[in-house]
Amino acid sequence: MDIVTDQQRKKLHPHKFTLWVAIASILMMFAGLTSAFIVKSNQANWQGVEEMPKFFWYSTVAILLSSLAIQMALRAFRQREMGKYRSLIATTLVLGVLFIVFQWLGFGELWDQQITFKGAGGGQFLYVIFGLHALHVLGGIVALIVMFIKAFFGKTKTYSSVPVEVAATYWHFVDGLWIYLLVFFLIIG
Amino acid sequence: MSEALSVHPEIVTTHDVHHDEHGGGHHKETFISKYIFSMDHKTIGKQFLITGIIWAIVGGLFSVLFRLQLGYPGQSFPILETFFGHWAKGGQIQPEFYYALVTMHGTVLVFFVLTAGLSGTFANILIPLQIGARDMASPMLNMLSYWFFFLASVIMMSSLFIQTGPASGGWTIYPPLSALGQASDGSKLGMDLWLVSMAMFIVSSLLGGLNYISTILNMRTKGMSMTRMPLTIWAMFFTAVLGVLSFPVLLSGAILLLFDRNLGTSFFLSDIVVNGEVLPNEGGSAILFQHLFWFLGHPEVYIILLPAMGMVSEIMSVNSRKPIFGYMAMLGSLFAIAILAFLVWAHHMFVTGLNPFLGSIFVLLTLLIAVPSAIKVFNWLTTLWRGNIRFTPAMLFAIGFVSLFISGGLTGIFLGNSTIDIHLHDTMFVVAHFHIVMGVASFFGMFAGVYHWFPKMFGRYLNNTLGYIHFWVTMVGAYLIFWPMHYEGLAGMPRRYLDKSGWVSFNQFGDLDKMITVVSIIVFAVQLMFVFNFFYSIFKGRKVTTQNPWGANTLEWTTPIRPGHGNWVGEIPEVHRWPYDYGKDGRDFIPQTEPIGANESKH
Ligand code: HEM
Ligand SMILES: [Cu+2]
Repeated sequence: MDIVTDQQRKKLHPHKFTLWVAIASILMMFAGLTSAFIVKSNQANWQGVEEMPKFFWYSTVAILLSSLAIQMALRAFRQREMGKYRSLIATTLVLGVLFIVFQWLGFGELWDQQITFKGAGGGQFLYVIFGLHALHVLGGIVALIVMFIKAFFGKTKTYSSVPVEVAATYWHFVDGLWIYLLVFFLIIG
Repeated sequence: MSEALSVHPEIVTTHDVHHDEHGGGHHKETFISKYIFSMDHKTIGKQFLITGIIWAIVGGLFSVLFRLQLGYPGQSFPILETFFGHWAKGGQIQPEFYYALVTMHGTVLVFFVLTAGLSGTFANILIPLQIGARDMASPMLNMLSYWFFFLASVIMMSSLFIQTGPASGGWTIYPPLSALGQASDGSKLGMDLWLVSMAMFIVSSLLGGLNYISTILNMRTKGMSMTRMPLTIWAMFFTAVLGVLSFPVLLSGAILLLFDRNLGTSFFLSDIVVNGEVLPNEGGSAILFQHLFWFLGHPEVYIILLPAMGMVSEIMSVNSRKPIFGYMAMLGSLFAIAILAFLVWAHHMFVTGLNPFLGSIFVLLTLLIAVPSAIKVFNWLTTLWRGNIRFTPAMLFAIGFVSLFISGGLTGIFLGNSTIDIHLHDTMFVVAHFHIVMGVASFFGMFAGVYHWFPKMFGRYLNNTLGYIHFWVTMVGAYLIFWPMHYEGLAGMPRRYLDKSGWVSFNQFGDLDKMITVVSIIVFAVQLMFVFNFFYSIFKGRKVTTQNPWGANTLEWTTPIRPGHGNWVGEIPEVHRWPYDYGKDGRDFIPQTEPIGANESKH
């Protein structure tokens, strides 16, 4: 046990480590919600979501691309190509905002199918679960904006790539979480 | 230079600043940066402690108020009306007020005092000091953790002063009562404030917990392997893990409840008639909320208890001048408790129509907790056995903890059997059980910690005589208050009932309830005496003159008497041994920083 943690200490920066624990914690929240969903969906009178709004497919594309962009941004940062890094972060940001917009439109589409807050079926869970996920993306966007401002105006003295890595990891996480949630709703919802 | 320092540039910076401070003293901290928005883990710990003390007074006072009513039903206390107006019309606690008091008492004590006030305080103060770190992994998140707690406190406090009063559906806020404003005054605005406040509280706990975990795993000084960590740190570690994995689930329940309350969903609501009005909600399940709540709720009780266990182990070893008995067994049982804590939540739901077969599995898992619990008790007793015991107030509270843990654990075994629980559920027996095993026991752990580490926190001692009075009155008082409640519960007396005069069979308990109330008031007064001792001693207590007043092995006693930000002047000491070398090879104690001697015996 000693040796393992000793090595880990050399490998993993504490902030990255903190992020991983935070990810575990966020996962528990979604696990809570999705297991509530499963329990409910086995009860009588369950109403699922028949038709997944098409905007959720667009948003899937947006967030996948944004993951790609931030990964490339990270590479650019490591190779000290700061111009490229900035434009890639900006791309990520735009795609992130696009994702949120698409989610919003997707909710609208669902609402128009008469799936409102009334009831306790798949649609209502969808609003809560996708909504909370969108909030986490929004949190990531705020973090990216801070980094973006730093990249433009900061007197970049530190050459540490840790903050960018932390941001990228988080971004991939919300991306993966989205895919999981979408698949979850497609299969069980 | 420790490894952790050489790896992370930004930490080296704080280190250097610290040197400047001591060298030239030109780095001035303002009052605000030193005492208010401080990033020093020690200051943040004290902030948690003092906020917790204020909450404990408020929460304790609530219980005295409702005990007055329970002990003296029908009696009028005009002074109550002076203070609380229509909540205590005619000098009597009104039903809504009673429910509000009970709910807030539970909420405040469980979350704000015994979670934030206990692990917030001691995780903050002890983790960096005992593992040899200059501060937390992220001092910034740590500061945010306190301020989210502060925000949660302000919101919860404000809910006490609104017209419809605070939440009053019990600390477990079961829907449908908590979801429907028309069902009771306490389910109106007060309930929303409760949920928002708890959401802030959860954020605070998560930020804190993240930090504790990554600090413990990443920031240990050289030589401080995991198995050389004091048991306090192990306990804080498991506490943080429990919190990080279970609080988010409560958050998800709270969010669904907020939706039900304000946006018209029916996650928890179905087929309800309130005051003759048939509600349209359909398809929800109130039991679902109980699952979400207790998936946090049960780990939560261990979040409260584990830090106390850790501190008791440490304090007991120091004051018995003996190594803790069975370090690895202590560690293993902490681990087992942490795992089992996630697997037993449905024992709070035996009578909700839970499938009896499923129930029997939860019975088995619940009773399994008795095994690691018994191991711990055994180890504490064997640590005391033939020890060279110093009965400091901290030690007395530690011993008191063990006594309470045994008594309360035994009644847990009654409750853990689903068949017996049919009779005991929602009676005073449950109240007795959890107050002894969780409430008072964890308070004892906390008091032990405060008496023991006060010299480290403030460079002064608490007054000993007041400490002894505090201990004996609280110890005797706690048993006098809670022991008789078992009998009431066995007789079937329900909990959370304002007026039991409708049951003739409970009249026999009238005098008992009076006695409980009187003792509660005395015990509460003694706690105020402790608070006085606390604040008085911060300024006027006897000064600490030696670095290591208790003759302890752990690292916090190698820091200066009043450590600055950064804890150690110069380099962080290296660790060469476990922390429990007491009474070894004819020496009273051997600090962790001392290298292993040439022909030293093994521990
Ligand atoms: C051998 C160990 C234990 C067993 C078998 C056990 C079992 C139980 C059971 C079955 C209940 C539900 C009773 C009911 O509502 O009908 C209960 C309630 C409770 N227990 Fe324990 N318990 C044990 C130890 C603990 C410990 C160590 C703590 C806290 C540190 C604790 C805190 C609580 C609390 C707070 C409640 C009541 C919650 C409420 O309804 O408000 N228990 N216990
Ligand atoms: Cu439990």
